[in-house]
Amino acid sequence: MTGLVNFFDILIATIRDVLPIAIILFGFQMLVLRRRMANLRQVLIGFVFVILGLAFFLQGLEQALFPLGKLMAQQLTAPEFLGLDETAGAAEAHWQQYLWLYLFAAAIGFSTTIAEPSLIAVAIKANQVSGGAVGTWGLRIAVAIGVAIGIALGSYRIVSGTPLHYYIIAGYIVVIIQTLYTPKTIIALAYDSGGVTTSTVTVPLVTALGLGLATNIPGRNPLLDGFGLIAFASLFPIMAVMAYAQLGEWQARRIKQRRLREMEN
Amino acid sequence: MRAEDQAPFVKKLLLHLGASLTDSIRDLIPIIGVIAFFQLIVLRQPIPDFGNLLGGVVMVVVGLTLFVHGLKTGLFPIGESMAHSFASKGSMFWLLLFAFALGFGTTIAEPALIAVADEAARVAATGGMIANTQYATSEYASGLRLTVALSVGFAIAVGVMRIIRGWPIHYLIIGGYIGVVIMTFFAPPEIIGIAYDSGGVTTSTITVPLVTALGVGLATSIHGRNPLTDGFGLIAFASLTPMIFVMLYGVILL
Repeated sequence: MTGLVNFFDILIATIRDVLPIAIILFGFQMLVLRRRMANLRQVLIGFVFVILGLAFFLQGLEQALFPLGKLMAQQLTAPEFLGLDETAGAAEAHWQQYLWLYLFAAAIGFSTTIAEPSLIAVAIKANQVSGGAVGTWGLRIAVAIGVAIGIALGSYRIVSGTPLHYYIIAGYIVVIIQTLYTPKTIIALAYDSGGVTTSTVTVPLVTALGLGLATNIPGRNPLLDGFGLIAFASLFPIMAVMAYAQLGEWQARRIKQRRLREMEN
Repeated sequence: MRAEDQAPFVKKLLLHLGASLTDSIRDLIPIIGVIAFFQLIVLRQPIPDFGNLLGGVVMVVVGLTLFVHGLKTGLFPIGESMAHSFASKGSMFWLLLFAFALGFGTTIAEPALIAVADEAARVAATGGMIANTQYATSEYASGLRLTVALSVGFAIAVGVMRIIRGWPIHYLIIGGYIGVVIMTFFAPPEIIGIAYDSGGVTTSTITVPLVTALGVGLATSIHGRNPLTDGFGLIAFASLTPMIFVMLYGVILL
């Protein structure tokens, strides 16, 4: 019964989130464009599906995955699990002690990204627009690998206590260099994939991980060190998607060369 | 619609949903596997309240299936049809105003942003950056939200302008990166982490499909633009400008 009441609350909250968007869309449609939409009925039914789907999705996440995931993030960052005693400083803790933590960070980054609805949306569109050249799964896996690396490295940053902006600035330099060597058609999509990764599923779990780490590791301040994981998770997919495109291009070139050689023989 | 027309429609819909149900299950297998592995093997603890967990997973699967269906029949078509209508109307002013409104309106009410802004205010108050009163923290949090929403509105408008004019995206993005780096040197250190994170949390599950469809729709309607090269990129702007704006907020306020 409480589940049903909960679901109703979430449904109301979802409708409240969608309402301003719907007002903007239909307001401009009716007042500025002043044109009847061709398939208004279908679009409205689609909106109902979106609202219901999101409400179910959020309710399920909050009932099942979030409590467990957050609890696990806390347990994996707890001083007892990491083998830190009260007297030992962070400098004495070896990185091996954190191995499970980094693995968890990477795994949770990868798996939440695969389930992220906004990434599914962008992948569908990219596949459609590119005429199938950009594979839905290829793009999603590339982005998920990027997020996995980003979250793991971001956790390492919190553990080691190095300043966030060094990593981000270094990341920017890599992105700029990669941009020069990536096929032009993929650049905009790669930049976009940075922003879409961190949404409904990823943000709550990753935030719990970051704050857990910054609270438990001696010498870390939640204010200075707890944030920043999302920034990592938005930067690394850009590199991963460009690398994926470069790999695809390289492979296509190799196949072409092999064909040429075979033809010569 | 008569009853006999409705039957095949419902049947087609159910068939379609059934097919995407298996996709949704596949999308969720990794996350279930990760949680099971770490809970059972690394932490060596039983899964608490298994029935509840299973119920939650079923809801997530159903929700994802319905959402993806709604995406294809609702969000994508309306985004693209409005992009076509704006392109044929030919008024730059209304298009840019629409782009700004879409960015601002979808961000100001974004739950992830509200959560992060409240958290940032709480942390700032305990850290002594702002007065630890109800009034000061809620002022700070709503100021942060307004800043981010303005920056996203600005970003979508600039992004739309770029699609129309056909500017190459990487010059703008690199310019933005330089802006972020410069602001980092002037911003108070306490706000840098929050500023960098605010770029990622702005783009919600409903905004992303709409904005993507708008960009692709515009690039398709305008002669000489390629939907893949020019149509994407709006999200990229929307995740870049909040970093600059939030650091600016920090410089002005603190």
